Amino acid sequence: MSSLGKKYIMALSGLALVGFACGHMVGNLQMFLHPDWINEYAYKLQHLPYGLLWVVRIVMLTCVVAHMVTAVMLVIENYKARPEKYVAKANLQASFASRTMKYSGVILLAFIVFHIMHFTVQNIHPEFLHLETTLEGVGTIHHVYDKLLPLDRTTVHDVYSMVAHGFSLKFWYVSVFYIISMGLLCFHLMHGISSMFQSLGLRNDLWRKRLDRVALAAAVFVFIGFASLPLAGLLGIIEPITPLIASH
Amino acid sequence: MSERNISVTLKVWRQKNASVPGAFEIYKVDSVSTSSSFLEMMDLLNEQLIEEDKDPIAFDHDCREGICGTCSMVIDGIPHGKKALQTTCQLHMRSFNDGDNITIEPYRSKPFPVMRDLIVDREPMDAIMQAGGFVDQRIGAAQDANALPISKEIADKSMDAASCIGCGACVAVCPNASAMLLTSAKVGQLNLLPQGKPEKDRRALNMVRAMDGAGFGNCTNIGECEAACPKGVSLDFIAKMNRDYAVASAKEFFGVVG
Ligand code: HEM
Ligand code: FES
Repeated sequence: MSSLGKKYIMALSGLALVGFACGHMVGNLQMFLHPDWINEYAYKLQHLPYGLLWVVRIVMLTCVVAHMVTAVMLVIENYKARPEKYVAKANLQASFASRTMKYSGVILLAFIVFHIMHFTVQNIHPEFLHLETTLEGVGTIHHVYDKLLPLDRTTVHDVYSMVAHGFSLKFWYVSVFYIISMGLLCFHLMHGISSMFQSLGLRNDLWRKRLDRVALAAAVFVFIGFASLPLAGLLGIIEPITPLIASH
Repeated sequence: MSERNISVTLKVWRQKNASVPGAFEIYKVDSVSTSSSFLEMMDLLNEQLIEEDKDPIAFDHDCREGICGTCSMVIDGIPHGKKALQTTCQLHMRSFNDGDNITIEPYRSKPFPVMRDLIVDREPMDAIMQAGGFVDQRIGAAQDANALPISKEIADKSMDAASCIGCGACVAVCPNASAMLLTSAKVGQLNLLPQGKPEKDRRALNMVRAMDGAGFGNCTNIGECEAACPKGVSLDFIAKMNRDYAVASAKEFFGVVG
């Protein structure tokens, strides 16, 4: 594949990941509302019709794999293109973020794997699987399958308490890892969000400066949104509504 | 600035030919006039070396006025030295201080192997040009100036791209040894003009393929090339080439390449 073809893949898969990350982040912020908000939201996502949840999961997985495999190919080719290094190499203007994309990317991959094991598969803390709570007949669950289900009380997975336990002081190192990873995501996006426009040929001198600012703002916005939860956990602001039962 | 004489210590890459390893040598040059150019300082050093019965340092140069793109040293880690918008031959010793240590290396990239000392083989740039850096129609004698209207903006943009002197500093400075700035300038200067339009798609496709084939690295949109370019060629041309190539690839898929 041509060098530019690979750049298009990086940009398009990166765009999809950014879109996902923004939506995910806003969804997470419901943790700061009444527990029913996130629990109902999570219940609905889990019960999306037509297997939509798996469609989204497979699209995201494809994007992560495409992004990662292409990144590895690019990095190897770039490494081979300069077999002998300079002894004195000056840096003229390249930002720290732009020079460390491969490092921030690799740590993000480790983060993504851990994060999925932590809150999706829940095999880091298997007892998370047993957190349950009930929702009173709320929301539009009635309409999800285009039929009206009588819904007085539904037992749902208590996602609110799972996150609150996950980020509790007892597991402070997990929260710290999350915050550091989100800092790296912030750096990755500071370069990435502007860079993808260049890769796709949708940037000029004037817009480069504007997009650099948009990228910075978006990256910081994503960072604050994501990092606020583990931070709130460290500060003891969110408290679980269901206690953990140790599994044997 | 008044003229002075300074001494500098140079750490220069010496290599007999492409097949033997090279190494740095240290040389001291005294009484260098601050009015002399960097290349004149190198001449002075070479005279000194010849006097001592040593091999003079081989380096590329031709016009010595910043238009041919032949001079090609990496001075303290920056191709053409620390001053923006100038070539090595335009760099003057007044930019240095008495007692400075200066490291001089050849361009480093796989497609540009070192031939001798500071001279690298830049032939892959010719391969890129031969793949599409031309207009394939008979143009005959020069036509009337207004026969083919071109807007001022387009003419200016094309001229900006055409100011690329093909020195290869962009490849040398790029952390990935990518030749995107050079290639995009050469694609852009013709793709912008009506004379270049009929072959716009195949030019983008063929020149990018020649660039890839030569083993250059991939652009990571970092912008070091633009900063080091002695002619200030803009990253905009890379964006334009990315756009032209995407459109051309789509047209190629449907068999309607222009
Ligand atoms: C799976 C782990 C990841 C790895 C190994 C990785 C690696 C990379 C690398 C090496 C680049 C190219 C850097 C360059 O061209 O300068 C890149 C670009 C980018 N990444 Fe990632 N990344 C990962 C995850 C992510 C995530 C989670 C997002 C978004 C939320 C993201 C968004 C982007 C964007 C928008 C770009 C810019 C694409 C372009 O330059 O056109 N990446 N990534
Ligand atoms: S020698 Fe011609 S540009 Fe420097």
